[in-house]
Amino acid sequence: MTTVRTDSALPVPAPIINPDTAEYWAATLEGRLLITRCSQCGEASWYPRPICPFCHSTDTVLEQASGRGTVYTFSVVRKVPGPWAKAAPYVLAYVELEEGPRMMTNIVDCPVEDVSIGAPVEVAFFDTGEGSALPRFRLVDA
Amino acid sequence: MSINGRAFLAGAFEHPGRELPNDSLAQIHATVCLGALADAGLTMEDVDGYFCGNDAAGAGWISMADYMGLRNLRYMDATESGGASPIYHVSHAAAAIAAGKCSVALVSLAGKPRTGIQPGGGGPVVPEDGFEGRMYGVVGSTSTYALAARRHMYEYGTTSEQLAEIKVAATIHASHNPNAFLRKVLTVEDVVNSPLIADPLHRADCCVITDGGGAVVVVSPEIAASLPRASVKILGSGEAGKIVNGGRTDLTYSSAVWSAPRAFAEAGVTPADVDYVSIYDSFTITVLMMLEDLGFCEKGEGGRFVQDGALVAPFGRLPFNTDGGGLANNHPGHRGGITKLIEAVRQLRDEANEGVQVPDCQIALVHGNGGDLGTRMRSATMILGREDS
Repeated sequence: MTTVRTDSALPVPAPIINPDTAEYWAATLEGRLLITRCSQCGEASWYPRPICPFCHSTDTVLEQASGRGTVYTFSVVRKVPGPWAKAAPYVLAYVELEEGPRMMTNIVDCPVEDVSIGAPVEVAFFDTGEGSALPRFRLVDA
Repeated sequence: MSINGRAFLAGAFEHPGRELPNDSLAQIHATVCLGALADAGLTMEDVDGYFCGNDAAGAGWISMADYMGLRNLRYMDATESGGASPIYHVSHAAAAIAAGKCSVALVSLAGKPRTGIQPGGGGPVVPEDGFEGRMYGVVGSTSTYALAARRHMYEYGTTSEQLAEIKVAATIHASHNPNAFLRKVLTVEDVVNSPLIADPLHRADCCVITDGGGAVVVVSPEIAASLPRASVKILGSGEAGKIVNGGRTDLTYSSAVWSAPRAFAEAGVTPADVDYVSIYDSFTITVLMMLEDLGFCEKGEGGRFVQDGALVAPFGRLPFNTDGGGLANNHPGHRGGITKLIEAVRQLRDEANEGVQVPDCQIALVHGNGGDLGTRMRSATMILGREDS
Protein backbone atom coordinates (compact mmCIF):
# COMPACT_ATOMS: atom_id res chain seq x y z
CA MET A 1 0.00 0.00 0.00
CA THR A 2 1.28 3.41 -0.91
CA THR A 3 0.92 6.22 1.56
CA VAL A 4 -0.97 9.39 0.85
CA ARG A 5 1.44 12.25 0.39
CA THR A 6 1.12 15.84 1.47
CA ASP A 7 4.22 17.15 -0.34
CA SER A 8 2.68 18.01 -3.71
CA ALA A 9 4.53 20.49 -5.89
CA LEU A 10 1.26 21.00 -7.83
CA PRO A 11 -2.13 22.27 -6.66
CA VAL A 12 -4.30 19.41 -5.35
CA PRO A 13 -7.91 20.27 -6.19
CA ALA A 14 -10.66 18.39 -4.40
CA PRO A 15 -13.29 16.52 -6.40
CA ILE A 16 -17.02 16.90 -5.90
CA ILE A 17 -17.83 13.47 -4.47
CA ASN A 18 -21.18 11.97 -5.47
CA PRO A 19 -22.88 8.59 -4.95
CA ASP A 20 -21.22 7.22 -8.10
CA THR A 21 -17.74 7.94 -6.84
CA ALA A 22 -17.79 7.83 -3.01
CA GLU A 23 -16.23 4.34 -2.84
CA TYR A 24 -13.54 5.31 -5.34
CA TRP A 25 -12.51 8.41 -3.42
CA ALA A 26 -12.59 6.63 -0.05
CA ALA A 27 -10.06 4.13 -1.41
CA THR A 28 -7.73 6.90 -2.49
CA LEU A 29 -7.25 7.84 1.16
CA GLU A 30 -5.81 4.35 1.63
CA GLY A 31 -3.55 4.74 -1.38
CA ARG A 32 -5.60 2.38 -3.54
CA LEU A 33 -6.59 3.06 -7.17
CA LEU A 34 -9.94 1.51 -8.10
CA ILE A 35 -11.30 0.98 -11.59
CA THR A 36 -14.71 -0.22 -12.73
CA ARG A 37 -14.94 -3.87 -13.83
CA CYS A 38 -18.10 -5.12 -15.48
CA SER A 39 -19.41 -8.38 -14.08
CA GLN A 40 -21.26 -9.09 -17.33
CA CYS A 41 -18.75 -8.40 -20.11
CA GLY A 42 -15.62 -8.39 -17.96
CA GLU A 43 -14.25 -5.13 -19.36
CA ALA A 44 -12.41 -2.58 -17.25
CA SER A 45 -13.48 1.03 -17.75
CA TRP A 46 -12.59 4.56 -16.65
CA TYR A 47 -13.82 6.89 -15.10
CA PRO A 48 -15.70 5.18 -12.23
CA ARG A 49 -19.45 4.87 -12.73
CA PRO A 50 -22.04 2.18 -12.00
CA ILE A 51 -22.98 1.53 -15.65
CA CYS A 52 -20.60 -0.31 -17.98
CA PRO A 53 -20.05 1.99 -20.99
CA PHE A 54 -19.35 -1.04 -23.20
CA CYS A 55 -22.25 -3.47 -22.59
CA HIS A 56 -24.43 -1.06 -20.56
CA SER A 57 -24.87 -3.50 -17.71
CA THR A 58 -25.32 -2.01 -14.25
CA ASP A 59 -23.74 -5.12 -12.71
CA THR A 60 -20.34 -3.58 -12.08
CA VAL A 61 -17.80 -3.58 -9.28
CA LEU A 62 -14.87 -1.39 -8.36
CA GLU A 63 -11.67 -3.41 -8.24
CA GLN A 64 -8.18 -2.45 -7.24
CA ALA A 65 -5.87 -1.64 -10.14
CA SER A 66 -2.16 -2.42 -9.98
CA GLY A 67 -1.35 1.27 -10.13
CA ARG A 68 1.18 0.65 -12.88
CA GLY A 69 1.05 1.71 -16.51
CA THR A 70 2.76 3.59 -19.32
CA VAL A 71 2.58 7.12 -20.71
CA TYR A 72 0.17 7.24 -23.70
CA THR A 73 0.74 10.94 -24.43
CA PHE A 74 1.76 14.06 -22.52
CA SER A 75 2.28 17.81 -22.70
CA VAL A 76 4.59 20.04 -20.71
CA VAL A 77 2.35 22.91 -19.68
CA ARG A 78 4.51 26.04 -19.57
CA LYS A 79 2.18 29.03 -19.56
CA VAL A 80 -1.14 28.95 -17.80
CA PRO A 81 -3.24 31.53 -15.93
CA GLY A 82 -4.51 31.22 -12.36
CA PRO A 83 -3.39 29.06 -9.43
CA TRP A 84 -1.44 26.63 -11.60
CA ALA A 85 0.85 29.37 -12.98
CA LYS A 86 3.49 29.04 -10.30
CA ALA A 87 3.52 25.24 -10.68
CA ALA A 88 4.54 25.49 -14.36
CA PRO A 89 6.20 23.78 -16.06
CA TYR A 90 4.28 20.63 -15.21
CA VAL A 91 3.32 17.49 -17.12
CA LEU A 92 -0.26 16.71 -18.16
CA ALA A 93 -0.61 13.18 -19.46
CA TYR A 94 -2.74 10.19 -20.24
CA VAL A 95 -1.49 7.02 -18.58
CA GLU A 96 -2.51 3.64 -19.96
CA LEU A 97 -3.14 1.43 -16.95
CA GLU A 98 -2.02 -2.19 -16.98
CA GLU A 99 -5.70 -3.11 -16.91
CA GLY A 100 -6.27 -1.22 -20.20
CA PRO A 101 -8.07 2.06 -19.57
CA ARG A 102 -6.27 5.34 -20.19
CA MET A 103 -6.70 8.07 -17.57
CA MET A 104 -5.79 11.73 -17.53
CA THR A 105 -3.26 12.62 -14.84
CA ASN A 106 0.02 14.38 -14.10
CA ILE A 107 3.51 12.90 -14.18
CA VAL A 108 5.39 14.17 -11.12
CA ASP A 109 8.63 13.81 -9.15
CA CYS A 110 10.90 14.23 -12.17
CA PRO A 111 12.35 16.90 -14.47
CA VAL A 112 9.74 17.53 -17.19
CA GLU A 113 12.35 16.66 -19.85
CA ASP A 114 12.49 13.06 -18.59
CA VAL A 115 8.92 12.17 -19.64
CA SER A 116 8.37 10.28 -22.88
CA ILE A 117 5.59 8.28 -24.55
CA GLY A 118 5.78 4.66 -23.46
CA ALA A 119 7.66 5.37 -20.23
CA PRO A 120 6.62 3.08 -17.34
CA VAL A 121 4.94 4.80 -14.40
CA GLU A 122 3.30 4.01 -11.06
CA VAL A 123 0.62 5.80 -9.09
CA ALA A 124 1.17 8.13 -6.13
CA PHE A 125 -1.61 9.76 -4.13
CA PHE A 126 -1.74 13.35 -2.92
CA ASP A 127 -4.06 14.49 -0.14
CA THR A 128 -6.65 17.08 -1.17
CA GLY A 129 -7.37 17.87 2.49
CA GLU A 130 -11.07 17.32 1.82
CA GLY A 131 -11.56 13.60 2.30
CA SER A 132 -9.90 12.43 -0.91
CA ALA A 133 -6.51 11.93 -2.52
CA LEU A 134 -5.60 12.65 -6.13
CA PRO A 135 -3.81 9.96 -8.16
CA ARG A 136 -0.75 11.12 -10.07
CA PHE A 137 2.06 9.07 -11.55
CA ARG A 138 5.83 8.93 -11.26
CA LEU A 139 8.40 7.42 -13.59
CA VAL A 140 9.79 4.02 -12.59
CA ASP A 141 12.41 1.71 -14.06
CA ALA A 142 11.05 -0.71 -16.65
CA MET B 1 -36.06 13.06 -45.89
CA SER B 2 -33.02 14.98 -47.06
CA ILE B 3 -32.26 18.65 -46.54
CA ASN B 4 -30.45 18.82 -49.89
CA GLY B 5 -31.86 21.82 -51.73
CA ARG B 6 -34.63 22.31 -49.15
CA ALA B 7 -33.07 25.36 -47.44
CA PHE B 8 -30.75 28.23 -48.32
CA LEU B 9 -28.42 30.57 -46.47
CA ALA B 10 -29.81 33.95 -47.50
CA GLY B 11 -27.89 36.27 -45.20
CA ALA B 12 -24.62 36.36 -43.28
CA PHE B 13 -22.99 39.00 -41.14
CA GLU B 14 -19.79 39.11 -39.08
CA HIS B 15 -19.41 41.85 -36.49
CA PRO B 16 -16.49 44.05 -37.60
CA GLY B 17 -15.37 44.58 -33.98
CA ARG B 18 -12.75 42.53 -32.16
CA GLU B 19 -12.72 44.47 -28.87
CA LEU B 20 -16.16 45.61 -27.73
CA PRO B 21 -15.93 46.83 -24.12
CA ASN B 22 -18.97 49.09 -24.46
CA ASP B 23 -21.35 46.58 -26.05
CA SER B 24 -23.41 44.20 -23.94
CA LEU B 25 -23.45 40.54 -24.93
CA ALA B 26 -27.12 40.75 -25.88
CA GLN B 27 -26.39 43.86 -27.93
CA ILE B 28 -23.74 42.03 -29.96
CA HIS B 29 -26.23 39.24 -30.70
CA ALA B 30 -28.78 41.83 -31.81
CA THR B 31 -26.26 43.70 -33.95
CA VAL B 32 -25.24 40.61 -35.87
CA CYS B 33 -28.84 39.42 -36.24
CA LEU B 34 -29.84 42.77 -37.73
CA GLY B 35 -26.81 42.63 -39.99
CA ALA B 36 -27.57 39.16 -41.29
CA LEU B 37 -31.24 40.01 -41.87
CA ALA B 38 -30.31 43.22 -43.71
CA ASP B 39 -27.87 41.21 -45.83
CA ALA B 40 -30.71 38.86 -46.74
CA GLY B 41 -33.22 41.64 -47.37
CA LEU B 42 -35.39 40.53 -44.45
CA THR B 43 -36.46 41.98 -41.10
CA MET B 44 -37.03 40.78 -37.54
CA GLU B 45 -40.74 40.60 -38.38
CA ASP B 46 -40.01 37.91 -40.97
CA VAL B 47 -38.20 35.65 -38.51
CA ASP B 48 -40.16 32.61 -37.34
CA GLY B 49 -37.26 30.43 -36.21
CA TYR B 50 -34.41 31.30 -33.82
CA PHE B 51 -31.33 29.28 -32.89
CA CYS B 52 -28.58 30.01 -30.35
CA GLY B 53 -26.15 28.20 -28.05
CA ASN B 54 -24.94 28.73 -24.50
CA ASP B 55 -23.18 31.91 -25.58
CA ALA B 56 -26.55 33.69 -25.73
CA ALA B 57 -27.30 36.10 -22.93
CA GLY B 58 -29.85 35.03 -20.34
CA ALA B 59 -32.13 32.02 -20.27
CA GLY B 60 -31.37 30.58 -23.68
CA TRP B 61 -33.36 31.61 -26.74
CA ILE B 62 -36.26 33.23 -24.87
CA SER B 63 -34.14 36.01 -23.36
CA MET B 64 -32.68 36.87 -26.74
CA ALA B 65 -36.11 36.70 -28.40
CA ASP B 66 -37.40 39.05 -25.75
CA TYR B 67 -34.44 41.45 -26.13
CA MET B 68 -34.71 41.58 -29.91
CA GLY B 69 -38.52 41.58 -30.08
CA LEU B 70 -38.89 38.31 -31.98
CA ARG B 71 -42.63 37.88 -31.56
CA ASN B 72 -43.40 35.56 -34.48
CA LEU B 73 -41.30 32.54 -33.45
CA ARG B 74 -42.71 29.08 -34.07
CA TYR B 75 -39.49 27.02 -34.04
CA MET B 76 -36.67 27.43 -31.52
CA ASP B 77 -33.57 25.39 -30.76
CA ALA B 78 -30.81 26.05 -28.21
CA THR B 79 -28.64 23.04 -29.06
CA GLU B 80 -25.32 23.50 -27.28
CA SER B 81 -22.38 21.92 -29.06
CA GLY B 82 -19.52 24.23 -28.18
CA GLY B 83 -17.93 26.11 -31.02
CA ALA B 84 -19.64 23.85 -33.54
CA SER B 85 -23.09 24.98 -32.34
CA PRO B 86 -23.99 27.31 -35.25
CA ILE B 87 -23.31 24.54 -37.78
CA TYR B 88 -25.69 22.30 -35.85
CA HIS B 89 -28.16 25.18 -35.81
CA VAL B 90 -28.08 25.67 -39.58
CA SER B 91 -28.50 21.93 -40.07
CA HIS B 92 -31.43 21.81 -37.67
CA ALA B 93 -32.95 24.94 -39.21
CA ALA B 94 -32.75 23.35 -42.65
CA ALA B 95 -34.52 20.24 -41.35
CA ALA B 96 -37.18 22.37 -39.67
CA ILE B 97 -37.71 24.37 -42.86
CA ALA B 98 -37.91 21.18 -44.92
CA ALA B 99 -40.55 19.91 -42.49
CA GLY B 100 -42.53 23.13 -42.76
CA LYS B 101 -41.91 24.14 -39.15
CA CYS B 102 -40.53 27.59 -40.05
CA SER B 103 -39.41 29.50 -43.12
CA VAL B 104 -36.98 32.20 -41.92
CA ALA B 105 -34.55 30.97 -39.29
CA LEU B 106 -32.04 33.21 -37.57
CA VAL B 107 -28.82 31.77 -36.05
CA SER B 108 -26.58 33.94 -33.86
CA LEU B 109 -23.36 33.61 -31.87
CA ALA B 110 -21.56 36.26 -29.83
CA GLY B 111 -19.14 36.65 -26.96
CA LYS B 112 -16.73 39.04 -25.34
CA PRO B 113 -13.90 37.07 -23.79
CA ARG B 114 -11.47 39.99 -24.31
CA THR B 115 -13.39 42.60 -22.38
CA GLY B 116 -16.16 40.85 -20.45
CA ILE B 117 -17.22 37.64 -18.84
CA GLN B 118 -18.18 34.59 -20.83
CA PRO B 119 -21.45 32.82 -20.00
CA GLY B 120 -22.15 29.18 -20.64
CA GLY B 121 -19.77 26.27 -20.34
CA GLY B 122 -20.25 23.16 -18.29
CA GLY B 123 -22.18 23.00 -15.06
CA PRO B 124 -20.46 22.49 -11.71
CA VAL B 125 -21.29 18.79 -11.46
CA VAL B 126 -20.44 17.13 -14.75
CA PRO B 127 -20.01 13.36 -14.29
CA GLU B 128 -16.35 13.34 -15.27
CA ASP B 129 -15.46 16.03 -12.73
CA GLY B 130 -12.74 14.74 -10.47
CA PHE B 131 -11.14 12.56 -13.13
CA GLU B 132 -9.75 15.02 -15.67
CA GLY B 133 -9.60 18.71 -16.50
CA ARG B 134 -9.27 21.04 -13.52
CA MET B 135 -7.85 18.28 -11.31
CA TYR B 136 -4.70 18.05 -13.43
CA GLY B 137 -4.04 21.64 -14.38
CA VAL B 138 -6.08 21.86 -17.57
CA VAL B 139 -6.91 25.55 -17.94
CA GLY B 140 -8.51 26.38 -21.28
CA SER B 141 -7.94 23.94 -24.12
CA THR B 142 -4.32 24.30 -25.19
CA SER B 143 -2.89 21.55 -22.99
CA THR B 144 -5.45 18.91 -23.94
CA TYR B 145 -5.13 19.69 -27.65
CA ALA B 146 -1.39 19.40 -27.05
CA LEU B 147 -1.97 15.82 -25.85
CA ALA B 148 -3.52 15.02 -29.22
CA ALA B 149 -0.77 16.84 -31.10
CA ARG B 150 1.96 14.93 -29.26
CA ARG B 151 0.36 11.57 -30.00
CA HIS B 152 -0.09 12.54 -33.67
CA MET B 153 3.60 13.40 -33.87
CA TYR B 154 4.52 10.11 -32.20
CA GLU B 155 2.36 7.95 -34.48
CA TYR B 156 2.81 9.73 -37.81
CA GLY B 157 5.95 11.85 -37.61
CA THR B 158 4.06 15.13 -37.82
CA THR B 159 6.31 18.11 -37.07
CA SER B 160 5.89 21.54 -35.50
CA GLU B 161 6.99 23.05 -38.81
CA GLN B 162 4.12 21.31 -40.59
CA LEU B 163 1.64 22.59 -38.01
CA ALA B 164 3.12 26.06 -38.48
CA GLU B 165 2.28 25.98 -42.20
CA ILE B 166 -1.40 26.12 -41.19
CA LYS B 167 -0.89 29.30 -39.16
CA VAL B 168 1.17 30.82 -41.95
CA ALA B 169 -1.66 30.23 -44.45
CA ALA B 170 -4.17 31.78 -42.05
CA THR B 171 -2.06 34.89 -41.57
CA ILE B 172 -1.58 35.29 -45.33
CA HIS B 173 -5.37 35.28 -45.65
CA ALA B 174 -5.84 37.65 -42.72
CA SER B 175 -3.49 40.16 -44.33
CA HIS B 176 -6.23 40.66 -46.95
CA ASN B 177 -8.91 41.21 -44.29
CA PRO B 178 -9.07 44.78 -42.92
CA ASN B 179 -11.03 43.58 -39.86
CA ALA B 180 -8.67 40.74 -38.94
CA PHE B 181 -7.25 40.73 -35.42
CA LEU B 182 -3.79 39.68 -36.65
CA ARG B 183 -2.75 41.24 -39.94
CA LYS B 184 0.96 40.46 -39.89
CA VAL B 185 2.03 37.58 -42.12
CA LEU B 186 4.00 35.05 -40.06
CA THR B 187 6.64 32.62 -41.26
CA VAL B 188 7.14 29.02 -40.15
CA GLU B 189 10.11 30.28 -38.12
CA ASP B 190 7.93 32.91 -36.42
CA VAL B 191 5.47 30.22 -35.36
CA VAL B 192 7.94 27.65 -34.06
CA ASN B 193 9.95 30.36 -32.31
CA SER B 194 6.92 31.73 -30.48
CA PRO B 195 6.74 30.68 -26.81
CA LEU B 196 5.63 27.17 -25.97
CA ILE B 197 2.30 27.29 -24.14
CA ALA B 198 1.80 23.54 -23.70
CA ASP B 199 4.30 21.72 -25.81
CA PRO B 200 4.24 20.85 -28.63
CA LEU B 201 1.86 23.79 -29.15
CA HIS B 202 3.30 27.30 -29.34
CA ARG B 203 1.53 30.57 -28.79
CA ALA B 204 1.17 30.99 -32.56
CA ASP B 205 -0.41 27.53 -32.87
CA CYS B 206 -3.37 28.94 -30.95
CA CYS B 207 -6.34 30.96 -32.19
CA VAL B 208 -6.88 34.60 -31.27
CA ILE B 209 -9.07 35.80 -28.38
CA THR B 210 -11.65 38.29 -29.64
CA ASP B 211 -14.97 39.86 -28.76
CA GLY B 212 -17.60 39.92 -31.45
CA GLY B 213 -20.00 37.58 -33.15
CA GLY B 214 -21.91 36.74 -36.29
CA ALA B 215 -25.23 35.54 -37.58
CA VAL B 216 -26.72 33.80 -40.59
CA VAL B 217 -30.25 33.52 -41.94
CA VAL B 218 -31.62 30.22 -43.26
CA VAL B 219 -34.72 30.37 -45.47
CA SER B 220 -37.00 28.18 -47.54
CA PRO B 221 -36.42 27.80 -51.30
CA GLU B 222 -39.47 29.96 -52.01
CA ILE B 223 -38.18 32.83 -49.89
CA ALA B 224 -34.66 32.46 -51.28
CA ALA B 225 -36.04 32.80 -54.80
CA SER B 226 -37.88 35.99 -53.81
CA LEU B 227 -34.83 37.78 -52.43
CA PRO B 228 -32.55 40.02 -54.49
CA ARG B 229 -29.26 38.72 -53.09
CA ALA B 230 -27.62 35.47 -54.11
CA SER B 231 -28.32 32.72 -51.63
CA VAL B 232 -26.23 29.67 -50.82
CA LYS B 233 -27.78 26.23 -51.18
CA ILE B 234 -27.49 23.76 -48.31
CA LEU B 235 -26.55 20.46 -49.90
CA GLY B 236 -26.00 18.24 -46.89
CA SER B 237 -24.97 17.98 -43.27
CA GLY B 238 -23.71 15.40 -40.85
CA GLU B 239 -23.36 15.26 -37.09
CA ALA B 240 -21.44 12.98 -34.77
CA GLY B 241 -19.97 12.78 -31.31
CA LYS B 242 -16.86 11.03 -30.06
CA ILE B 243 -16.88 9.84 -26.48
CA VAL B 244 -13.93 9.04 -24.25
CA ASN B 245 -15.31 5.51 -24.42
CA GLY B 246 -14.68 4.12 -20.99
CA GLY B 247 -10.99 4.86 -21.10
CA ARG B 248 -10.30 3.38 -24.54
CA THR B 249 -9.09 6.85 -25.37
CA ASP B 250 -7.60 7.29 -28.86
CA LEU B 251 -6.53 10.86 -29.56
CA THR B 252 -5.50 10.30 -33.18
CA TYR B 253 -8.90 11.00 -34.75
CA SER B 254 -12.04 13.10 -34.24
CA SER B 255 -15.74 12.52 -34.76
CA ALA B 256 -15.37 14.17 -38.18
CA VAL B 257 -14.65 10.64 -39.42
CA TRP B 258 -18.38 10.00 -38.94
CA SER B 259 -19.96 13.43 -39.55
CA ALA B 260 -18.18 14.03 -42.87
CA PRO B 261 -19.33 10.88 -44.71
CA ARG B 262 -22.91 11.65 -43.65
CA ALA B 263 -22.65 15.17 -45.08
CA PHE B 264 -20.97 14.05 -48.30
CA ALA B 265 -23.60 11.32 -48.82
CA GLU B 266 -26.48 13.74 -48.38
CA ALA B 267 -24.86 16.27 -50.68
CA GLY B 268 -23.94 13.67 -53.30
CA VAL B 269 -20.39 14.98 -53.60
CA THR B 270 -16.91 13.79 -52.60
CA PRO B 271 -13.90 15.56 -51.09
CA ALA B 272 -12.48 15.90 -54.61
CA ASP B 273 -15.45 18.14 -55.52
CA VAL B 274 -14.75 20.67 -52.74
CA ASP B 275 -13.33 24.03 -53.87
CA TYR B 276 -13.06 25.74 -50.47
CA VAL B 277 -13.10 24.61 -46.82
CA SER B 278 -13.95 26.45 -43.63
CA ILE B 279 -12.49 24.36 -40.81
CA TYR B 280 -12.85 25.40 -37.19
CA ASP B 281 -9.24 26.19 -36.33
CA SER B 282 -9.02 26.42 -32.57
CA PHE B 283 -5.41 25.28 -32.92
CA THR B 284 -3.21 24.29 -35.85
CA ILE B 285 -3.48 20.63 -34.85
CA THR B 286 -7.28 20.85 -35.13
CA VAL B 287 -7.05 21.75 -38.82
CA LEU B 288 -4.44 19.10 -39.54
CA MET B 289 -6.50 16.32 -37.98
CA MET B 290 -9.72 17.53 -39.63
CA LEU B 291 -8.11 17.47 -43.08
CA GLU B 292 -7.45 13.78 -42.49
CA ASP B 293 -10.78 12.98 -40.86
CA LEU B 294 -12.84 14.89 -43.45
CA GLY B 295 -11.24 12.77 -46.18
CA PHE B 296 -8.93 15.25 -47.89
CA CYS B 297 -5.90 13.03 -47.18
CA GLU B 298 -5.10 9.71 -45.53
CA LYS B 299 -4.78 9.46 -41.76
CA GLY B 300 -1.30 10.53 -40.78
CA GLU B 301 -0.69 12.43 -44.03
CA GLY B 302 -2.01 15.79 -42.79
CA GLY B 303 1.46 17.14 -42.13
CA ARG B 304 2.63 16.45 -45.64
CA PHE B 305 -0.69 17.70 -47.09
CA VAL B 306 -0.33 21.20 -45.67
CA GLN B 307 3.22 21.73 -46.87
CA ASP B 308 4.01 23.87 -49.90
CA GLY B 309 1.06 26.23 -49.51
CA ALA B 310 -1.74 23.73 -50.13
CA LEU B 311 -4.13 25.73 -47.97
CA VAL B 312 -3.29 29.18 -49.36
CA ALA B 313 -5.91 30.93 -51.48
CA PRO B 314 -6.59 31.39 -54.24
CA PHE B 315 -4.44 28.78 -55.95
CA GLY B 316 -3.56 26.19 -53.28
CA ARG B 317 -4.94 22.67 -53.67
CA LEU B 318 -7.50 23.30 -50.92
CA PRO B 319 -7.88 26.95 -49.85
CA PHE B 320 -9.10 27.18 -46.24
CA ASN B 321 -10.39 29.89 -43.89
CA THR B 322 -9.82 32.74 -46.32
CA ASP B 323 -10.93 35.34 -43.75
CA GLY B 324 -7.91 34.38 -41.66
CA GLY B 325 -9.96 31.99 -39.52
CA GLY B 326 -9.78 31.74 -35.79
CA LEU B 327 -6.02 31.51 -36.04
CA ALA B 328 -5.71 35.10 -37.31
CA ASN B 329 -9.04 36.85 -37.91
CA ASN B 330 -11.70 36.25 -35.29
CA HIS B 331 -12.75 33.74 -32.62
CA PRO B 332 -15.72 35.46 -30.96
CA GLY B 333 -16.68 34.00 -27.62
CA HIS B 334 -14.03 31.27 -27.98
CA ARG B 335 -16.33 29.76 -30.62
CA GLY B 336 -15.43 29.33 -34.27
CA GLY B 337 -18.59 27.98 -35.85
CA ILE B 338 -20.36 31.08 -37.09
CA THR B 339 -17.37 32.70 -38.79
CA LYS B 340 -16.78 29.45 -40.68
CA LEU B 341 -20.30 29.58 -42.12
CA ILE B 342 -20.00 33.27 -42.97
CA GLU B 343 -16.76 32.93 -44.93
CA ALA B 344 -18.16 29.98 -46.89
CA VAL B 345 -21.16 32.13 -47.83
CA ARG B 346 -18.77 34.89 -48.96
CA GLN B 347 -16.80 32.45 -51.12
CA LEU B 348 -19.92 31.01 -52.77
CA ARG B 349 -21.18 34.53 -53.48
CA ASP B 350 -17.80 35.60 -54.90
CA GLU B 351 -17.58 38.16 -52.10
CA ALA B 352 -14.40 37.08 -50.33
CA ASN B 353 -11.67 39.66 -49.83
CA GLU B 354 -9.65 40.64 -52.86
CA GLY B 355 -6.72 38.30 -53.23
CA VAL B 356 -8.34 35.29 -51.53
CA GLN B 357 -11.47 34.68 -53.62
CA VAL B 358 -11.30 31.11 -54.95
CA PRO B 359 -11.93 31.19 -58.72
CA ASP B 360 -15.16 29.48 -59.78
CA CYS B 361 -15.95 28.41 -56.23
CA GLN B 362 -18.85 25.96 -56.57
CA ILE B 363 -18.74 23.68 -53.52
CA ALA B 364 -17.69 24.60 -49.97
CA LEU B 365 -17.35 22.46 -46.89
CA VAL B 366 -17.84 23.86 -43.38
CA HIS B 367 -16.71 21.86 -40.38
CA GLY B 368 -16.89 22.56 -36.67
CA ASN B 369 -15.30 20.67 -33.81
CA GLY B 370 -17.09 21.49 -30.58
CA GLY B 371 -15.40 20.19 -27.46
CA ASP B 372 -11.92 18.88 -27.08
CA LEU B 373 -9.59 16.80 -29.25
CA GLY B 374 -8.05 15.63 -25.97
CA THR B 375 -11.24 14.21 -24.47
CA ARG B 376 -14.79 14.21 -25.95
CA MET B 377 -16.15 16.26 -28.82
CA ARG B 378 -19.03 17.06 -31.15
CA SER B 379 -18.63 17.36 -34.90
CA ALA B 380 -20.82 19.06 -37.47
CA THR B 381 -20.02 19.01 -41.18
CA MET B 382 -21.97 20.94 -43.80
CA ILE B 383 -21.70 21.02 -47.58
CA LEU B 384 -22.81 24.18 -49.36
CA GLY B 385 -23.20 25.11 -53.01
CA ARG B 386 -24.08 28.12 -55.09
CA GLU B 387 -27.74 29.07 -55.31
CA ASP B 388 -28.07 27.51 -58.75
CA SER B 389 -26.02 24.40 -57.98
